[in-house]
Amino acid sequence: MSADLPRADELGLIGCHVCGLVCRDTGAEHAHCPRCHSSLHRRKTASYSRTWALLIAAFIFYIPANVLPIMRTASVGDIDDNTILSGVIELWVKGSPDLAVIVFTASIMVPVLKFLALVTLLWSSHRASPWARRQRSKLYRLVELIGYWSMLDVFVVALLTALVQFGVLSLVEPLPGVVFFGLTVVLTMFASMSFDPRLIWDGRESDD
Amino acid sequence: MTDQQTPSGGALPEPIVRKPRVNASFVWLIPVLAALVGLSLVINAWIKAGPTITISFQSAEGLDPGKTPVKYKNVVIGRVTSVTLSKDRSHVTAKVSLEKSAEGFATADTRFWVVRPRIGLGGVSGIDTLLSGAFIGADVGESKETRDEFTGLEEPPAVTHGAPGKTFKLHTDDLGSLDIGSPVYYRRIQVGRVVTYQLDKDGKGVSLQIFIDGPNDEFVTKSTRFWNASGVDVSIGADGVKLDTQSLATVLAGGVAFGSPMGPHDETPADQGAEYRLFGDQATAMAPPDGEPKYIRMRFDQSLRGLKVDAPVEFLGIPFGRVVSINLDFDEKTQTFPVVVGAVVYPQRLGRAHDKLVALARERGDDAQLSQMMGKLIEHGLRAQARSGNLLTGQLYIALDFVPKAPKVAYDPAQKPLEIPTVPGSFDRLQEQLAEIVDKIQKIPFDSIGKNVDATLAELNRTLKQVNGDVLPEFKNTLQGAQQTLGNANNALSADSPLQQNLGGTMQELQRTARSLRVLTDYLGSHPDALLRGRRADAPPPRAEPPAATQEGSKP
Ligand SMILES: [Zn+2]
Repeated sequence: MSADLPRADELGLIGCHVCGLVCRDTGAEHAHCPRCHSSLHRRKTASYSRTWALLIAAFIFYIPANVLPIMRTASVGDIDDNTILSGVIELWVKGSPDLAVIVFTASIMVPVLKFLALVTLLWSSHRASPWARRQRSKLYRLVELIGYWSMLDVFVVALLTALVQFGVLSLVEPLPGVVFFGLTVVLTMFASMSFDPRLIWDGRESDD
Repeated sequence: MTDQQTPSGGALPEPIVRKPRVNASFVWLIPVLAALVGLSLVINAWIKAGPTITISFQSAEGLDPGKTPVKYKNVVIGRVTSVTLSKDRSHVTAKVSLEKSAEGFATADTRFWVVRPRIGLGGVSGIDTLLSGAFIGADVGESKETRDEFTGLEEPPAVTHGAPGKTFKLHTDDLGSLDIGSPVYYRRIQVGRVVTYQLDKDGKGVSLQIFIDGPNDEFVTKSTRFWNASGVDVSIGADGVKLDTQSLATVLAGGVAFGSPMGPHDETPADQGAEYRLFGDQATAMAPPDGEPKYIRMRFDQSLRGLKVDAPVEFLGIPFGRVVSINLDFDEKTQTFPVVVGAVVYPQRLGRAHDKLVALARERGDDAQLSQMMGKLIEHGLRAQARSGNLLTGQLYIALDFVPKAPKVAYDPAQKPLEIPTVPGSFDRLQEQLAEIVDKIQKIPFDSIGKNVDATLAELNRTLKQVNGDVLPEFKNTLQGAQQTLGNANNALSADSPLQQNLGGTMQELQRTARSLRVLTDYLGSHPDALLRGRRADAPPPRAEPPAATQEGSKP
């Protein structure tokens, strides 16, 4: 029903992203805001291709992020190189299931769900599917909101590295995996940013 | 609020149009870059990956899949990827992926072992693994033959490949407290260690392999003696108690020491793999060599209480061997239980005596066997005897000694083992002799002796009475007569007797005559003319010289 309401595009209006000025859509390419001179878009520029590209890049980085160890903890008699998953398993085995669940959620479930959500959004919007538009836009808001919170692992490693430095007795140092994980998270954030939720409501392909 | 929105296009400002800026879609560069990075990671891993080998160990202690490194000279050359139990559960198999640069380690004679912290009596090793965790050590050989299955060592090898030094082999009766890694000392400095040991094939001894580090290996010469330096060597001698030990570690962990005997000896360095005997202690090691041990047997017809296995066998007081067995036998003919004593003897301990006896035996045409030599000695009365070595404890030892007037025995030099005839022990002989004495004493006819003595004494009594009554008074008279005679003689010879007086006057007269005669002859000697002219008047006395003349003359 809400889909029946007219879209700005249909009314020949275009809003400025920066100053919020609403002006008439003359249909001209490369239009700029008359007030603040920022470029005007009906839709985010190349939203599909950008989002896809960033999402694919994020997914590629997600593989080494999981395969490579992200953190080395060394204590007396033991050097542990942990990948994300082995860290979760170790936490679970060593009796901190709550922490294990948090890390698992933040580092594995959330990124995977983000991938799935963005792919779903891209796919359904591309096909101009009328299915559950409002839920999809809620999903998008959720993806946006989660954003950097899935950087939890990176924060944990950074924090531990800074805090735990007792020479030979105990030591935490980051390993390359964490860089890839951070890149994954940043790229998914960019991907979700470059996705234009208005596309959900477009009945047709309006990729500009 | 969208509901209230009303299109009022005229009031709205129009956008301005500008020239487009570069609008190339560079965004696809990002996934391409990501793919390149991912690819480079894969290629990197693939390039770095070397051969995968499997090493079997007795236990997976300290082996952590994905973590435990394999190190050579403390450089990581690989990592354990998985650890699995073998099908028969007898060992574990560790899969190790070596690095590309470590391909040369997958050859036939490479050895692997797990380095864990080991706290032994000889010291602490692998202390660094306390902090870093266990790792697999590697020692590469020279083989070119590649292999991918290895059996890991349970102990670190005592000798790494290419280490300078030499290996020697020692033979001993038992291992004692020695172990792999036990130190080898030269002048109380550790110069090597025990590498391996194994039981001899015949089970009669143990062979040890020791490794002496270069350049100290040249101190092992052809005449070097090795001895077990384990424990504390306490010896009590004339100079008090002497305590000897190589080091505190050897007291606890055992060790081997070596040295050369005093005096001139062969100083050529021994060859790699030379074999030596490992002696029990330094004194035995440095003693002249025992030579070939020989087995002898002795049959004693008496109790040998106090004789024990390992009791010494002495030849004329010289340690000659030791007892190895004591068994009871049964002799049907005499219905007795002789004791059969077996002993091992070392004829070479007799030194020059042995050499000479051998030479003599050769001269006679006999072979130099101990049995032939012994035959001659037994002919001359050599017998074995169990003697008491310690009066307090009653311990016995076997003495081979020449027994005077030993009964002849039949001796068969061809008999094996050589049997030495025996005589009863000294204590038993003493008992025998005492019994003989008692026997003889018993045979003495004390009764008749007593009667005879009685009769004799009666006769004596009679004789004495006769002597007292008749002989003694006569004797007294005779003595009185003799006394009288001596009194007369005394009077005649006393100083104031007339005989003495006359004799004195005569003697004085004679003296005077002699003096005047001498004066006459003297005078005639100087004045022979007096015989013709008569005696001259006396010359005046000479004048005394003034004493000054002599004083002047003596002046300088
Ligand atoms: Zn504006």
